[in-house]
Amino acid sequence: MKAGDLGELALRNLREAILRNSLTTMGIAVGVASLVAMLSLGVGLQELASKRLANSGLFDTVLVTSRRNLRDFNRPSAEKSASPQKLRSLDEDARKEMERLPNVIEVYPQIRFPTEVRYAGNPYSTVVAGVPASARGNGAYDGMQGSFFSSPGAEEAILQIEFAKDLSDQPPTLIGKELVVRYVERQPLAPLRATADPPSAGNVDRSAVTSSNDSASEGFSIVPREKKLRIVGIVETEPAAGFAGYGNGRLFIPLEVASALRAAQVNDLRDAVRTSNGKPSYANLTVRAKSPSQVEAIETSIKNMGFSTFSLLDATRNLRLFFTIFDLLLGIFGSLALTVATIGIINTLVMAILERRREIGILKALGAADRDVKQLFFVEAGVMGLLGGVFGVGIGWLIGKAVTWGTNLYLQRQNLPPAHVFSVPWWLVLSAIAFAIVVSLAAGLYPATRAARLNPVEALRYE
Amino acid sequence: MMATGNGSTVRAERVSRHYQMGSALIRAVDDVTLDVRAGEFLALLGSSGSGKSTLLNLMAGLDRPTSGAIFAKGRNLSEMNPLELARYRSRSVGMVFQSFNLLPRMTLEENVELPLRLAEVDRGERAGRVREALERVRLENRLTHRPSELSGGEQQRAALARALVNRPTLLLADEPTGNLDSATGESVMVLLRKIQQLLGMTIVLVTHERPLAERFADRITFVADGKLVSDGVKS
Repeated sequence: MKAGDLGELALRNLREAILRNSLTTMGIAVGVASLVAMLSLGVGLQELASKRLANSGLFDTVLVTSRRNLRDFNRPSAEKSASPQKLRSLDEDARKEMERLPNVIEVYPQIRFPTEVRYAGNPYSTVVAGVPASARGNGAYDGMQGSFFSSPGAEEAILQIEFAKDLSDQPPTLIGKELVVRYVERQPLAPLRATADPPSAGNVDRSAVTSSNDSASEGFSIVPREKKLRIVGIVETEPAAGFAGYGNGRLFIPLEVASALRAAQVNDLRDAVRTSNGKPSYANLTVRAKSPSQVEAIETSIKNMGFSTFSLLDATRNLRLFFTIFDLLLGIFGSLALTVATIGIINTLVMAILERRREIGILKALGAADRDVKQLFFVEAGVMGLLGGVFGVGIGWLIGKAVTWGTNLYLQRQNLPPAHVFSVPWWLVLSAIAFAIVVSLAAGLYPATRAARLNPVEALRYE
Repeated sequence: MMATGNGSTVRAERVSRHYQMGSALIRAVDDVTLDVRAGEFLALLGSSGSGKSTLLNLMAGLDRPTSGAIFAKGRNLSEMNPLELARYRSRSVGMVFQSFNLLPRMTLEENVELPLRLAEVDRGERAGRVREALERVRLENRLTHRPSELSGGEQQRAALARALVNRPTLLLADEPTGNLDSATGESVMVLLRKIQQLLGMTIVLVTHERPLAERFADRITFVADGKLVSDGVKS
């Protein structure tokens, strides 16, 4: 029989027993919805956790230090005895080389320095952290009060909520107000050398570059300075906490602005007494990967370049393992309902064979081959699977919306920012529908084979 | 369809169909040899349980003999695979049953179209063939009616249209008047005979009604206990 005729007859048969077939289809839909809901919850929670952890800067970043540093990471004992002059310097060439590595989003130096903030005539001690412009997109500032920096060079500040509470009992009122940051500027003693050939790339930190050669021979002086900044936002998380070890930032300013301040940092004294190859070097660099899964490869490449690295790789591995098992378990629970639905399809089709026994006999007497009868039952099972899959995905999506709504209602009451705990990616939609069809066809295999094998003479006798 | 040797449409050679029921062996058809000639109207006459319907099913390729051979289109049906048998039924044989066997969910038009679908006839050709078949049985105005909306006689005529729509050369009718009153039965038989004469097809009629067989068939073969007890052309 031609495919078109097969489809028409199958749809007609499904329409004729519409109540039973609708109930069977709904059974499949509930099964698929359960599977989709469970897996979407797993995917959503995984995305949420990954996003939060990525936002923390702990899992998608590699901290790079020179092996010449006293405080490097993972330095093999053999290297400790190597001459510092033979070890590679963490300079602009190295930064550019790292930036060219695959899956690296950006490489930037960390700028954190102690400061005294003056607001409403009162002094407050805190730590300023430079924030790269790219931080706007990584979600760390989602749900913040106010707004992110208007431009990479804007003289604006974002406060961490705890620090904002120190400044005012009503933190939101701080937005739009101005504060003064007092810091010490580092000034080279030899102006000619200091102004020569500073790193020029994008948001490269000029002040974070220690011209070790200059410093070693000529040193630097420090001068107290003040900078007026406008408060544009308040953030609840600690987006720049990282693991650099300089203490958490409580006041965030654009990295470009922080660089321009040339503020003295805690490592300047150490670098001032070190000999170097004459090129400016960084105390450390932060390398941001596209995703935590790429950190390992990047870390290996950087180590091969001759630098020390640090990342929380093992933690991401455990996270992936946890979510893989979590998704598997959710999938198994979700599949239970689909298993029940599968039995429903078998039951419906076996009942249909009993009911349509005579019809099958007539079809065979009129010239239907076993193959035609089998395909007819298969198409009926497949159509129920397709419809059940589509409705199931829809129901699963609605369940997800309801769960997200309920969760956010609860989070709102707890004064917590909203979260997307549910995610229905396209691959899940298509896979769920395909899975429903495959399961339905598998369920239809036995009834279809049984129908095809019916003896037409016996079937025609059946009343 | 080509006649099978010597002008035969279908030929049974020492055909037996036995069933095992518990310890008893039922000889539904027992060593039957029968030649159905092209264009003839043959009646298989016998009482209930005599084996005439089993013989008809064997000729239709719906059942396979326990032994012996049935030849049609120059081939032994017993040696055909299920797909070949399905094609033989679809393209060469038309069947009419005592209980009409129309599909109740389909309209008359759809019922008559069904064999065309199974024979994979082009969609564009179907409507004309359906109408032609229904015109032959004078039901062209009942296209959209369902079987339940028709009388017994009309249902049997619709079944006849369905059997004819693929233009078979062999029409097998199993007690076509069994569920009809005598007047309606007779009108169906008149129609059957008229169509046979018009199209020149071969008809094998299974019946237990001797007067009917004597009135319409060219040849009557008596069946009893699975055997042919007499085979003769009517005087």
